[in-house]
Amino acid sequence: MASTPAQRGAGPATTADVGARITVALFATCANDVMFPQAPMATTRLLERLGCRVVFPTKQTCCGQPLVNTGYYDQSVPIVRNFAETFGGYDYIVAPSGSCVGAIRHQHAMLADYAKDPGLRRDVDAVTSRTFDISEFLVDVLEVTDVGAYFPHVVTFHPTCHSLRVTHVGDKPNRLLAAVGGITVRELTDADRCCGFGGTFALKNPDISVAMASDKARHVADTGAEYLVAGDNLCLLNISGVLNRQKAGIKPIHLVEVLASTAADHE
Amino acid sequence: MSKRPVRPSNAHDADRLTPAPPPGRFLDSPTFPKQSKVELGNAVQRRNLYDAMRTIRTKRVGVTSEADDWEDLRLAGEAIKNRTLRHLDRYLLQLEESLTAAGSTVHWARDAEEANAIIVGLVNAALATPQGDQASAREVVKVKSMATQEIDMNEALEEAGIAAWETDLAELIVQLGHDRPSHILVPAIHRNRSEVRQIFLDEMGRYGRPAPDDLDSEPVNLAAAARLHLREKFLRAKVAISGANFAVAETGTLVVVESEGNGRMCLTLADTLISVVGIEKVIPSVADLEVFLQLLPRSSTAERMNPYTSFWTGPTDGDGPQATHVVLIDNGRTKVLADPVGRDALRCIRCSACINICPVYEKVGGHAYGSVYPGPIGAVLTPQLRGVASAVDASVPYASTLCGACVDVCPVRIPLPDLLVHMRHKVVEAKAHGRPHADDVAMRVTGKVLGSPGVWAATTKAISGTGAVLKKGRVDHFGPLPWPLSLWTNARDVPAPPNESFRAWYARTHHKDGSPR
Ligand code: SF4
Repeated sequence: MASTPAQRGAGPATTADVGARITVALFATCANDVMFPQAPMATTRLLERLGCRVVFPTKQTCCGQPLVNTGYYDQSVPIVRNFAETFGGYDYIVAPSGSCVGAIRHQHAMLADYAKDPGLRRDVDAVTSRTFDISEFLVDVLEVTDVGAYFPHVVTFHPTCHSLRVTHVGDKPNRLLAAVGGITVRELTDADRCCGFGGTFALKNPDISVAMASDKARHVADTGAEYLVAGDNLCLLNISGVLNRQKAGIKPIHLVEVLASTAADHE
Repeated sequence: MSKRPVRPSNAHDADRLTPAPPPGRFLDSPTFPKQSKVELGNAVQRRNLYDAMRTIRTKRVGVTSEADDWEDLRLAGEAIKNRTLRHLDRYLLQLEESLTAAGSTVHWARDAEEANAIIVGLVNAALATPQGDQASAREVVKVKSMATQEIDMNEALEEAGIAAWETDLAELIVQLGHDRPSHILVPAIHRNRSEVRQIFLDEMGRYGRPAPDDLDSEPVNLAAAARLHLREKFLRAKVAISGANFAVAETGTLVVVESEGNGRMCLTLADTLISVVGIEKVIPSVADLEVFLQLLPRSSTAERMNPYTSFWTGPTDGDGPQATHVVLIDNGRTKVLADPVGRDALRCIRCSACINICPVYEKVGGHAYGSVYPGPIGAVLTPQLRGVASAVDASVPYASTLCGACVDVCPVRIPLPDLLVHMRHKVVEAKAHGRPHADDVAMRVTGKVLGSPGVWAATTKAISGTGAVLKKGRVDHFGPLPWPLSLWTNARDVPAPPNESFRAWYARTHHKDGSPR
């Protein structure tokens, strides 16, 4: 049976027990580190609230996706190697990005093979199988959907392409959002259509990228939401780039920032 | 307004048997980014594609989700094609044997040139055969076929003084419109009804039975005009040319899957039937059709079954064509097969599901891809068949956001985004031997920065420093900026970077062991 809004957001009886004694290595991702620190900050706060210890291995850089997806395999091998070395010692590696996690799980093994380095392949296999998007880590590992969040706003959710079709997070983000207290989630038309970002695609084919982003922005505006929520900040950057230019008055926000919000933040 | 005139003035028309296509070779096409800017401005095409692609996508979901074993069928389709490709040499020889035993004549063509020479020779020989007391017109009727378009057969026939008439309704619209197909299944999708009416009124009379003077733009009346125009050609033609969706090695049976029945007319009315078949179209046995005749129509026209499926196994005495020829073409396919990653593209059954779901194709249509194969499959197949030496072939692998929508719909599970990335790597490798390129410089620098933790940590500081300066100046968003930033900011704002990176925040608020300060 569906819970009432008042019940939702209350969280498990003892929130801090959920993640007790679990150490999480946070992969902030390069774009979040410098452009959108709110997302890894929210990931840290949320996981700590759930009882995890969150460490930040400082040698981390990037998942390599910008280079791989542009065809620069040789230049991305050192990045793959650095990722495996930096995160090799941890049981759980968590990132607030379905796309970066997808690149790690789907491409790092291929690049280790490309480098003809069986040792690297072994390290990569070990580390990629322990790498999770935040929505997967919450639902599959911590086994929690109601994380005790409170966000009294009208939102709509864009399930980013790589989260859906590379990382296969399924409806986990939707379930997490639905359990947030005070929230109203509006359905987005053509939700699973691409926003037109596509990494370097947005620069190599900017006009097509904008045409696609405009469709997405129009559908977002039609929902009447105050916030556009997604699990990848670069997709949000693209869509909100158009929304902001149009002065649409709709704010982009990362899923994990919604999940980290509590009633105390709104007092 | 449409950039493409409904009726181009074409000086060569007087000397030609068939309407001239637009000038120029595919290989010399503008790059994808360049041509797509033109296509984005074609309002008719934009509207048609937006509506039609959405309709067919929705229908496809309906007919694939109602089949309980859809995912099993896809796995089977993938496995059958993989097995066939693994032993392609064996199956092709078996196919040749079966075709010959059934009374067909088999011809092998290494490339387009060889294929066209064989076809011209066969048509000439067939037309030279005395047929009653009347000299036959130098013409052939065609079943819709991608292979003949790939080898540009119509133009080779035209040069040899033979008219090739397209008989598929949409291909007829394209041919009479002096145009090129923009989709492999619905090649005239970039035209609307009033354009079709105008094309028929202007052009039909110059190449056969004219359209009625009072033709309006009602689809049923347009189809009726095409029917009468084509009927004349069907009944007159001595030679028909087809492709094949499948060629069965076990029996020497060819299969054509179609909707209109015009293909069936060609396949049955002519005296000589020439079928041009890519070597990857072979399947081992008739039993395998159980899988493909479910996968293809549901993925393609989004129907449970297409209206016309024709099978023929050589000629039958006194019934249908009395001479059947099969031209098996390589034209780059063995090169594709030699690439252990790229070869997955040879599984393609040309259903067009990946094109119909592609958000990039939906915006620009097929003419931007510089090939008869547009969309995701075109972007991975054409540069493999032709190589990446031309500007257009080096640009199409980048004509995708890698959103992955195509993977989920491909009936033979071709990992199209992986192949796109693979082809991008091929382009980068090819460039490594040429002049350095702006991309190269940017990517090498990016690689150096992200490949070294120390350099990256310093970079994060520099970016936050910039953010701090901007914050002081109360700048939180940028509007239009100069090139190359304009590539982003022409239509999209971008936020200023924050003045503290995540790593700086973490170091400020946490101890090394992860405990909060
Ligand atoms: S690649 Fe797959 S989806 Fe695309 S046309 Fe070929 S078979 Fe159909």
